[in-house]
Amino acid sequence: MLKINNLHNKVETQDGEEKAILKGLSLEVPAGEVHAIMGPNGSGKSTLSYVLTGRDGYEVTDGEMAFLGEELGELAPEERAALGLYLSFQYPVEIPGVPTITFLKEALNAQRATRGEEEVSAPEFMKLIREKAKQLNVSMDMLKRPVNVGFSGGEKKRMEILQALVLEPKFLILDETDSGLDIDALKIVSDGVNALRSPERGMLVITHYQRLLDHITPDVVHVMADGRIVKSGGPELAHELEAEGYDKFIGEAA
Amino acid sequence: MAAVKETIEDVRNLEADKYKYGFTTDIEQDLAPKGLNEETVRLISGKKDEPDWMLKWRLEALERFMALKEPEWAKVDYPKIDYQDIHYYAEPKAGAKYDSIDDVPEEILADFAKLGIPLKEQEVLLGVKGSENRVAVDAVFDSVSVVTTFKAELAKAGVIFCSISEALRDHPDLVRKYLGSVVPASDNYFATLNTAVFSDGSFVYVPPGVRCPMELSTYFRMNAEGTGQFERTLIIADKGAYVSYLEGCTAPMRDENQLHAAVVELVALDDAEIKYSTVQNWWPGDENGKGGVYNFVTKRGDCRGKNSKISWTQVETGSAITWKYPSCILRGENSRGEFYSIAVTNGRQQADTGTKMIHLGKGTTSRVISKGISAGRSDQTYRGLVSVHGKAEGARNFTQCDSLLIGDQCGAHTVPYVECKTPKAVLEHEATTTKLSEDQLFYARQRGLDEEAATALLVNGFVREVLQELPMEFAVEAQQLLKVSLEGSVG
Repeated sequence: MLKINNLHNKVETQDGEEKAILKGLSLEVPAGEVHAIMGPNGSGKSTLSYVLTGRDGYEVTDGEMAFLGEELGELAPEERAALGLYLSFQYPVEIPGVPTITFLKEALNAQRATRGEEEVSAPEFMKLIREKAKQLNVSMDMLKRPVNVGFSGGEKKRMEILQALVLEPKFLILDETDSGLDIDALKIVSDGVNALRSPERGMLVITHYQRLLDHITPDVVHVMADGRIVKSGGPELAHELEAEGYDKFIGEAA
Repeated sequence: MAAVKETIEDVRNLEADKYKYGFTTDIEQDLAPKGLNEETVRLISGKKDEPDWMLKWRLEALERFMALKEPEWAKVDYPKIDYQDIHYYAEPKAGAKYDSIDDVPEEILADFAKLGIPLKEQEVLLGVKGSENRVAVDAVFDSVSVVTTFKAELAKAGVIFCSISEALRDHPDLVRKYLGSVVPASDNYFATLNTAVFSDGSFVYVPPGVRCPMELSTYFRMNAEGTGQFERTLIIADKGAYVSYLEGCTAPMRDENQLHAAVVELVALDDAEIKYSTVQNWWPGDENGKGGVYNFVTKRGDCRGKNSKISWTQVETGSAITWKYPSCILRGENSRGEFYSIAVTNGRQQADTGTKMIHLGKGTTSRVISKGISAGRSDQTYRGLVSVHGKAEGARNFTQCDSLLIGDQCGAHTVPYVECKTPKAVLEHEATTTKLSEDQLFYARQRGLDEEAATALLVNGFVREVLQELPMEFAVEAQQLLKVSLEGSVG
């Protein structure tokens, strides 16, 4: 479903210099599987999520990344979104003055328009969002508030998952979704993610800690260091990492 | 339902002018010779069969204007206007009309759709569609009011709604009592010019205790080449009356600059309320600053009676140069003034706009919310005055002006003036300037919105507080307009 081959990119640092982040990353996630990427800070995990979703300044310098057979590098962020690529942000962005419910309806209909599908009417949409909000214990009152404005860290992450439930993407990238969550919120968010698991859907779970993977069990765990995947294995690899730390693997990479 | 039928017919007739001759084609017109002089003023006054006192008033203003110098304090830059090179009067030749909307060329229909005024909605705006969303319209085409809808039905409620030319003919005493009482002929350069040559505009009188049964509106259309539009609007809400009035403006794309110098006067007596909304979309000129309307407008409301209220709401997206400060004179005790503004400049547009809140009476309150959006290579200034006089004990003002910058070649400036001559007043002022953030844009695009839709959504969020103040009929149109105005502003 998602095929990444020998991916390289550079970003411009604040001093105006170019710095290589991804240095030949290869990865394949088939439909129906959940892959976790673990790695220390600065290994390039968040960069990978931005490169995949097409953020300005995160262009590919070498290698390929294909989603459902389409080369992503040539598509605008919104075209990738319409293809079904969804990023749950590590730091969800606040949009003052735009009610969450309005934002989501616009987003859904924009994606549908790009795919040549019919618009969802207001009553249909209300029905849809009510049902999904209930699943995540999100009140209608909260949905009327501007996107992420004044939300706690946990509420923001819950909203990210709610958006995914409504947009029903084919592939989810969860970037540090567990950060800022207490135990109860972690449970709610994980349940939401697990509800999205299906044979047609792939997921890439980027995380620093094992704890999220206790709730969302991955099929494959990759260890990332210095812009590359340095080791892949089953769920047990996450436990190994938690027990022994990243140093061992980083040493192997260097 | 006779009134409705009458309106439908009126509107059909109107469509001919508006849609057929609107955007790119020339309409056959009778023009006054170019030039600003006594003959021009006499010609305009004669065309309208005005009483002698009007002609005298105009001629005095003309004399005064000739001795005045054009003001230069506004932060706008434009070539000198040759006031002798303008037609001061243009009226469409009768008979050059289309009968049906089907005859309107496809490109014009598309232009309207792009403006967010699909013709069906336009019909609603013009009062065609049944009873639920009715708006009475006075349509001013260049120098003449072409049609006023729902007149008969309004008359039943005692409301007078007609062109100012008709008002001078049918209600001369009312006009004489109030015209120039808020904006005198000597007020400022452009108001003086307007007094001399104004051709048409709307007149509204709402009698004591009457709540005007529907929204009133005027649709201004500037069409003829080389003309200026100088309209005059006068609205009076008598004791305890209420009226909501909407004003819409468009002009075709022309390479030359067109001058629009209007005067609007509002008078609210005891316990009366006037809500005045504007959606201004005059042609702004092309991206290189060629052409466009010079919008030099004087708008002022006088809260003459106690507990009266005047509220200005404006969405300004058009014009090459805007010079406009809708103001409130808070004379009556406990009277209230409000100003809600969204101003968008893109391309090479320049706007110097804001408000004046003059607190004269005890316990007067005012509220100013201004949202300025600058994009492209445009430049925008918020200029606001809050003045509290010695007798205005207990006066309160709250001012908030926020600027949003899109791109890095535009400018936003805030120039607040505050004068307070009593210790017993409370004045608050907040101002922010922000840049449209790349984080927000990417977030919205990741969710599927393209760059323009994302920008429009973010901008709509920024101006939401003000959009909520607009009557329903205009809110949707205003949103569409914002989107169109900002096209091509990013990237």
